[in-house]
Amino acid sequence: MSATIETLEAMERPPVSMASRLQGELLEVSMGPQHPSTHGVFRMNVALEGEIVRKLKPVFGYLHRNHEKIGENTSYLGSMPYTDRLDYFCSMTNNWAYALSVEKLAGIEVPERAEYLRVILAELTRLQNHASLLGFLLSDMGAWGTPLMYAFREREKILDLFESLAGSRMMCDYMRFGGCRVDPSDEWLAQAKQIAERFPKFLDEFEDLILGNEIVIGRTQNVGKLSAELAVNAGITGPMLRACGVNYDIRKVDGYGFYPRFKFRIPLGEHGDTYDRLMMRALEMRESVQILKQAFAQVQPGPVMNPKAKIRAFRPPVGEAYGHIEAPKGELGFYLISDGSPNPYRYRVRPPSFINLTILEDMCLGHTVADVMVILGSVDIVMGEVDR
Amino acid sequence: MSQIDEQLRTELQRQGVWVTSMQDLYNWGRKNSIWPLQFGLACCAIEMIATAASRYDIARFGGEVFRPSPRQADLMIVAGTVTKKMAPQIVRLFNQMADPKYVIAMGACAISGGPFKQGYNVLKGIDRYIPVDVYIPGCPPRPEALLHAFMELQRKIDEQKLTGADKAEFLKPDQPSEFPVPRFGRHDLEPRANPNVFQPPVLER
Repeated sequence: MSATIETLEAMERPPVSMASRLQGELLEVSMGPQHPSTHGVFRMNVALEGEIVRKLKPVFGYLHRNHEKIGENTSYLGSMPYTDRLDYFCSMTNNWAYALSVEKLAGIEVPERAEYLRVILAELTRLQNHASLLGFLLSDMGAWGTPLMYAFREREKILDLFESLAGSRMMCDYMRFGGCRVDPSDEWLAQAKQIAERFPKFLDEFEDLILGNEIVIGRTQNVGKLSAELAVNAGITGPMLRACGVNYDIRKVDGYGFYPRFKFRIPLGEHGDTYDRLMMRALEMRESVQILKQAFAQVQPGPVMNPKAKIRAFRPPVGEAYGHIEAPKGELGFYLISDGSPNPYRYRVRPPSFINLTILEDMCLGHTVADVMVILGSVDIVMGEVDR
Repeated sequence: MSQIDEQLRTELQRQGVWVTSMQDLYNWGRKNSIWPLQFGLACCAIEMIATAASRYDIARFGGEVFRPSPRQADLMIVAGTVTKKMAPQIVRLFNQMADPKYVIAMGACAISGGPFKQGYNVLKGIDRYIPVDVYIPGCPPRPEALLHAFMELQRKIDEQKLTGADKAEFLKPDQPSEFPVPRFGRHDLEPRANPNVFQPPVLER
């Protein structure tokens, strides 16, 4: 850690002393907060020697919207719509993580059908998140427009499902403590099944078009290498960690929800470079489709809400709970402390994007400035979750 | 100019002669090639991308050329929550855009702070610092809503006059093109609003 602190101090010194330290002329570039490929309002102060990145300092906070403070002043249920706006690509998984922590805190059981629905919606969310991420990553690489159009075509189909179920395209606000808000019809399930079954067709097309492309391979292989040791020490989770070859998936490790009932594999990378991270998303989507197929076959009619769960005037007992799930970006956790009042005493989010971003400098050093955008794109950040 | 007889004009059009005024031609060109600034803040930016992507296809309205540089953009879509850290940058970006320039405030957050209004770090509406042409409510607004706002803006551009006393604001020499950039004060941004652009509503009791 001391090395990192020294680096930050060096960034704040005037450029002359920095140049003398490194025996080279350094050019400081501020990338962002308005930049076409910083994925939102993220800023990087980069020190360049020629085109090579010598130092990189991320600057956060341009989208700090007081999520945690608002959560401490709102009732437990009142925070549910705010969790949609954390990682605005994956509102369903955010809802689930929050509902899971409150259910742990208050000891609420969830009916079987609701658990299946949660798995279905979380995997659909993973499909649309990974598909759009691949689109964005490739447009960062210079494939401007086309991959993103293909990805958004598939994403719109899944958003249609969300809309017909929850009433909103992006901000679903669907899960409740002890179940789900509405029961989907059989037609909805049939439609969702159809979309999930046709999804591999898109994946085949997409992989044929892009993943074997020479330029993509040239731009991503051996770029932004991350060692398994550093990834574990820095607390990296999600596809980024698995791209380094570490077999850690909370769906398997923790077995929350009904995930132990499904047969699926965890794709693992070898090199920990950008190409592995990219492939990890493509392979995970195929596994998600497998989970979805099993879930559609197993889901049975029944209640979607625990009748004992209290929605109004909900006061969990004094205590604390941490619920975490494997969100598409990594481990998303909510830590709640209850003092018996209608509001949480402490409301803390463990955001995967933010923690995955902490090793950005380690991955970018020694690469060209054009690679920084690709590496940042492969981390898969959403600023709503980074800054909260 | 625009005093041409309407009947004569249709008669000429029937003969294959298209008569127009400089103003109509100019505005027709402007309204059909609005280049937005490629600039997203939060959740609404994803819906903005969805509007530009395959299904909704903003190119049908001539607005698909998203420019990353403010110098080349005509329209700023303020898509998302404006925090107090970001507000000075937004005003600066708006100042860097060339006239004529327009602003769409997309979503509840850009209009008023939206669901995050109670937050200590959230600006209660971007119209405190820069003039806004079209507001779209919603959290986030659907892509159709953004297309509607785009069409409203096109209508507004079409109606702008180039000459006379009621000519468009950006043609008047005494109208400001740049707006003061707020700075961080001890507790809040200073000034808290630009009085030339924003007057707080007066409460009637």
